[in-house]
Formats: sequence, structure tokens, C-alpha cells
Amino acid sequence: MASLTVTDQQVRATPARAIQPAWVRVMHWINALAMILMILSGWQIYNASPLFGFSFPREYTLGGWLAGGLLWHFAAMWLLMINGLAYLVTGFATGRFRKKLLPITPSGVLHDVRAALTFKLGHDDLTVYNYVQRLLYAGIILVGVLIVLTGLGMWKPVQLHWLVVLFGDYPTARYVHFFCMAAICAFLVVHVLLALLVPKSLRAMIIGR
Amino acid sequence: MAKRSFLIPGVDKRLLIKDSIKTMPDVTRRRFIAGGASLGALTLLTGCDVVDSSSAEEMLKQVSKFNDAVQAFIFNPDALAPTFPESAITKPFPFNAYYDLDDAPDVDGKDWKLEVRGLVDNKKSWTLDELYKLPQVSQITRHICVEGWSAIGSWTGTPLRDFLKLIGADTRAKYVWFQCADKDGYNSPLDMRSALHPQTQMTLKYADEILPRAYGYPMKIRVPTKLGFKNPKYVVSMEVTNDYKGGYWEDQGYNSFSGS
Repeated sequence: MASLTVTDQQVRATPARAIQPAWVRVMHWINALAMILMILSGWQIYNASPLFGFSFPREYTLGGWLAGGLLWHFAAMWLLMINGLAYLVTGFATGRFRKKLLPITPSGVLHDVRAALTFKLGHDDLTVYNYVQRLLYAGIILVGVLIVLTGLGMWKPVQLHWLVVLFGDYPTARYVHFFCMAAICAFLVVHVLLALLVPKSLRAMIIGR
Repeated sequence: MAKRSFLIPGVDKRLLIKDSIKTMPDVTRRRFIAGGASLGALTLLTGCDVVDSSSAEEMLKQVSKFNDAVQAFIFNPDALAPTFPESAITKPFPFNAYYDLDDAPDVDGKDWKLEVRGLVDNKKSWTLDELYKLPQVSQITRHICVEGWSAIGSWTGTPLRDFLKLIGADTRAKYVWFQCADKDGYNSPLDMRSALHPQTQMTLKYADEILPRAYGYPMKIRVPTKLGFKNPKYVVSMEVTNDYKGGYWEDQGYNSFSGS
């Protein structure tokens, strides 16, 4: 009997110790895959008619040529949108966004940036995001919404004309789409670097604890 | 160089050559079939052989067909493409093809006839003079290339739906399939609902002048609800049909609906 009670407690204790709930982990990794596919195929599409005076190296593009890049982009788009939408709905419905990402105060961000730059930012409690994390995570969700909206606008500039108007016009939507991609890439670099510096955060995103 | 200058007054030669080089078919196109898709096989199709890129390619084709259906579903036949003031027209409006302008079809308007085939009551061919006599309308709309660039142009011609009505076309058919005078026999299918869209036009003039060779003399099909490659130039025939006959770029992987 005694051993049974102990087992019960363990079972009950496990969910409470999960830093990243299962739905966050699953959606995080689906998003990681979708983002990489979207970025690499997006670079292929960009190269067909570069906005700026450079092209992306061919080795880092997906699809082989423009049509292949487009096919990948418009296939992975579904993965990104459905997963992203599910993430937003669950994030708001469970109150996770409010609990984890708010509040974001300028003084808090400033303090934590200073602490991070002097390597004094603690990561003892992974269940609580510091202000830098909150700002970055909330920001990247916003950028994610923007890149999907501009993408949809560019995909259907006649049927979803109101979406294009929201960003000015078709060429402007293209630039916004590009800069959102650049922001996501910059985020990815910082995000992956920090995850490698604090390995237990990576473990939490894989096994939950 | 002097040889080129008489072709289209006002067309920037450097821009023209840059655009045509950019759109040249690339040998790497084949690499998509060969290996470009293997990453997807690795990451997306769990359980599939990673080197089996054909399964990834097959998956992409299926998604593309699904996307055709989604686009047809959200296509609103009454939604008009935005129109612009004359001041917004892109000057010069770029020449764009997968070949140099020198290799563009040089059609003799006197000999040219528009052939009409398929599910139509009147299969008579049309001379250019006969087409010029049909009522025409003008539009200033944005041409959006599959590559991402766009340009605003001024197009004048007969609404395709008026012409289809005139020849007694069966508008319940699925496609109007266009064939062109290009050296490779450019062709492209247009779904009937897009063909009947009020802005879809048999274009005979650009900026109120007879359509220049660069833009598809003697006739192009202007479809502002589609990407540029679904706007065939140098058209020689149209066929009303229920068969999907493929198209020059569609067969090479561009999404067939490619609506905008």
C-alpha cells in the first residue's frame, strides 16, 4: 500500500514539474521545421527577382529552381499556418501568453539586457521567462503573424486586396515580407545560440523537464 | 545595337536584356527533379526512403493540385483587380520572356488569323481587322510575375467573355486553352471562370498604340487575376475544352491555377 501511494504522488507530481507542456513542445518543433522549409524555399523565390543587390547562395535554397521553391513554399505554408493558428488559439485560451509573456516593462527589459550582456542573467528557474525572453518571444509571435499576412496578401493580391492595402501596396508587402524573414533569421541565430548556452532549456523543449 | 532600337520606342535596352536573361530556362530546373526535393523527403515524409526524392516530388504535386482547388474555391468572379491612374504606369513596361526580344515571334499582322477551336458554335477564324472592329475597353492594371516583380501597364482590347459569347462558346466547359506563335509553341490553359472574369481581355493595344512586338503582337490575353505567365502573348489559337492540356510553364512545375 505504501509503495502505491508513493507512485500516485509521483504520477501527480510529474505534470506540475513539466516546464514545457506537450502541446508547446509539439508545436514548437513543427514550427521549427515549417520555418526552415519556408525560409529556404523563400530564398529560392527571392533569387528569381532579388529585391536587393544580392542573392542567397544556391546551396542554402530549397527546390532546385523557382517552380520547385514555389511548390515547397506553398506546401510548407499550410504546415506553418495551421500550426501557427493552433498555437495562437491554445496560447490565448490556456492563458499561457498572459502568464509567461506579460508584463513586459521597459525597465525590466533594460535591466535584463544589461544582466545578459555581463553574463549575470540567471536561468535557475526555467518556468519564468526573463524580460529579454518575453520581449523576444512576444516580438517573434508578432513577426510571425505579419509574415503570414503579407505572404497571404502577395499570394492573392486580388482576392485578398484588403490585406495588401493594409501594408500599402503589393511591392511594399514584398518588402515587409522580406524584413520579417530577416527578423526571424536574426531571432533564430540568437535563439539557437542561447539554447546551446543553456542546455537545460533545450532539454525542456524536447522532453518537457 | 541599332538593329534593336527600332523595335519598341521607349523600351530600356539594358532592362530588357536583364529581364530576358533572368527568365532564361535554367538547367538547374532539372536538379529539382534530381535532388532538390530530397531534404523534404528526409524531413517531411517520415518513413520514406531519404534518397527517394520522387516521393517528395509526388507529395508536392499533390499539394499543388490541392492548392489549385483552394484557389478556385476562394476565386471570386466579381472581385476586380485594382486599377491605377495613368501616372502609376511603369515606364518602360518591361519586356519579359524566357528568350531575348530578338527571338520573339515576328508576326505579320496581314497573314495572322486567330483560330477558334473546340466547344464553340462558330469556328470561323478571325483576322486582325475583324478583331479591331469589336468593341474595346481599357484597363490600367498590375502585372505580377511569378518571380515576384510587378509592373503597371495600360491595356486595351475586347473582354474575352464578350468574344466567347460572340462565338457561341460553351461556357460550361472547363478551360480555354491558348496556343502561341513562340518558337517552342508556348501554350497555357485558363480556367473558364477566370476566362469569364470581367477584366480578362483579348488585348490588342498597349498605351493606346497597336500592341508592340515586345508585349505580344498582334494579340495577348490579359488576365489581371492571374500571374504573368498565365497571360499568353502572340496568341494564334484558342480552344474551348474540358480537357486539361497542360501548358508551357505549368508542365515544368508552376502551379496551374496561379491566381492572384
